[in-house]
Amino acid sequence: MSNLILTQEEQGMLAGDQGPAIAMCMRLIVGVAKANQATRLIEVESAHADGCLYHGIAGLEYTEKLVELGGKVKVRTTTNVSSLDLLHPELIHADKTLATNGKRLMDAHLALGCEATWTCAPYQTGHRPSFGSQIAWAESNAIVFANSVLGARTDRYGDFLDISAAIVGRVPFAGLHTDEGRKASLVLDFSEISRELLNEESAWPAIGALLGDIAESKVVAIIGLPGDLSDGGLTEDRLKGLGATAASSGGVGLFHIVGVTPEAPNLGAVVNTKVETIKITTQRLRASRDRLTTAVGDDLDAVSLGTPHFSLAEFENLANELSGGDKFSSAIDFYVSTSRGVLQKAEALGYAQILISAGGRIVTDTCTYVTPVLNPKIKTVMTNSGKWAWYAPGNLGIETILGSVKECISSARAGKLVRNDALWR
Amino acid sequence: MMHSGANTLTGRALHPGSSSGELLILDQPISFWGGVDHHGVIIDVHHPQCGVSVASKVLVMTSGRGSSSATAVLAELIRAKKAPAAMIFTECDIILVIGALVSAEIYQIQMPMVELTADSYAKIPKSGSISVEADDDNMVALIKW
Repeated sequence: MSNLILTQEEQGMLAGDQGPAIAMCMRLIVGVAKANQATRLIEVESAHADGCLYHGIAGLEYTEKLVELGGKVKVRTTTNVSSLDLLHPELIHADKTLATNGKRLMDAHLALGCEATWTCAPYQTGHRPSFGSQIAWAESNAIVFANSVLGARTDRYGDFLDISAAIVGRVPFAGLHTDEGRKASLVLDFSEISRELLNEESAWPAIGALLGDIAESKVVAIIGLPGDLSDGGLTEDRLKGLGATAASSGGVGLFHIVGVTPEAPNLGAVVNTKVETIKITTQRLRASRDRLTTAVGDDLDAVSLGTPHFSLAEFENLANELSGGDKFSSAIDFYVSTSRGVLQKAEALGYAQILISAGGRIVTDTCTYVTPVLNPKIKTVMTNSGKWAWYAPGNLGIETILGSVKECISSARAGKLVRNDALWR
Repeated sequence: MMHSGANTLTGRALHPGSSSGELLILDQPISFWGGVDHHGVIIDVHHPQCGVSVASKVLVMTSGRGSSSATAVLAELIRAKKAPAAMIFTECDIILVIGALVSAEIYQIQMPMVELTADSYAKIPKSGSISVEADDDNMVALIKW
């Protein structure tokens, strides 16, 4: 027997009182709630939809059917990356099917009332749900960021369910929506890692890869990491990279860093009972970093930054590093992926122009690992992103090197790998 | 249940439908995204049953694994009639359940999905043909061989 109890309004929505699109989405939400053994649905304040990245006909037909039935989102809904760059179409080498169907899928989302943000980091373009708010977000990095860094509450949603939740404004009350589901069942202790190493940019994706590996889909509390979410962006960008990598190597939807993230002022706040603590050694962190580098030798063809999408703080830092320096080697293609919202600000502040004059290219609305952007001759790519490094070998058949933005710039100028390993030894 | 010769198990219906087919028991879970091609053939080189087709089989595995994009892959397989006839898990895999729900909406194809307890799971025969009937109203599924 199902234990799911619907309100009178919800029963009406399911029966078609509010139109056929809402009824269709309710069937999906209720089907999931029953399978998950949820006892009720809850209302959500916002949604982030990732069904706008083209995976095949089924996603397109589902979304267009909702449009045909008159569907409209009930709550604010931002859109994830798509398969196309509408601002810089010349950068994408999409075949005709991908170009046509990719655009139809984007148009269908707009017709349903979604905002044309086309970013995997909606939290950088003004979509920042408040602490404790219930939301329905898709896209693994956005989910883990909203839960961990903002303290909003979303379960791990994906294609179909995201847009359906936005249209009915409800989700099953289960998983990370509940107090109980947000408690940590494992503690990772990083206090043995030197502060110097933790000041290295690459330490953070390495921590993420390790977290995903150990946690799988469990909620983990982390102790012994520095950070201050009001420092103007450094900590936020570090946690963005950490979370994105943890959601790639594992199924992490929420982590707590004691003393840093909002639900964890102290360990007791996020751990109910006695749980296991694992002490992390430098050696183990290094092994985790090394997994994100598959290339051997110092040959390099391209650099890719901005997975998840580059923030304004990252643009500022990049512009400072580039100012007054040499241009990139002509042998290196240098890409930065970002949202159109952040790009507008980076242009107003002059950061984007500095990158372009150094020889860089800016990709918006999509990302360099989900759609054909890179020149097919490219074999080895350096990145500051643990997520990019995790997926590119499988998705694109490319060898990766993980490094800091500084090292990516030095390498792009030199035309070959430049990386300082001193702190990792 | 009552009559001799028929073996049955009951489980929790995750998605309604009625179907039958040859059993395919997976030694390890598989991710449909990146692990199964558009003909329904397992292409994950790390999987012990790489090269085997899941199309029209009653697919038995402990759980699914991996990306939420598996939903779309399963829906595509159902549309192309290259999907399993039914799926049986010991642990509900919501990503795959969504694939079945979506296919029911847009292709009117009902693929039954069932969750069994570990005890019942161990009683499934190793091969042969079985039928699966999953009922939405009381969320009960019946497996017969």
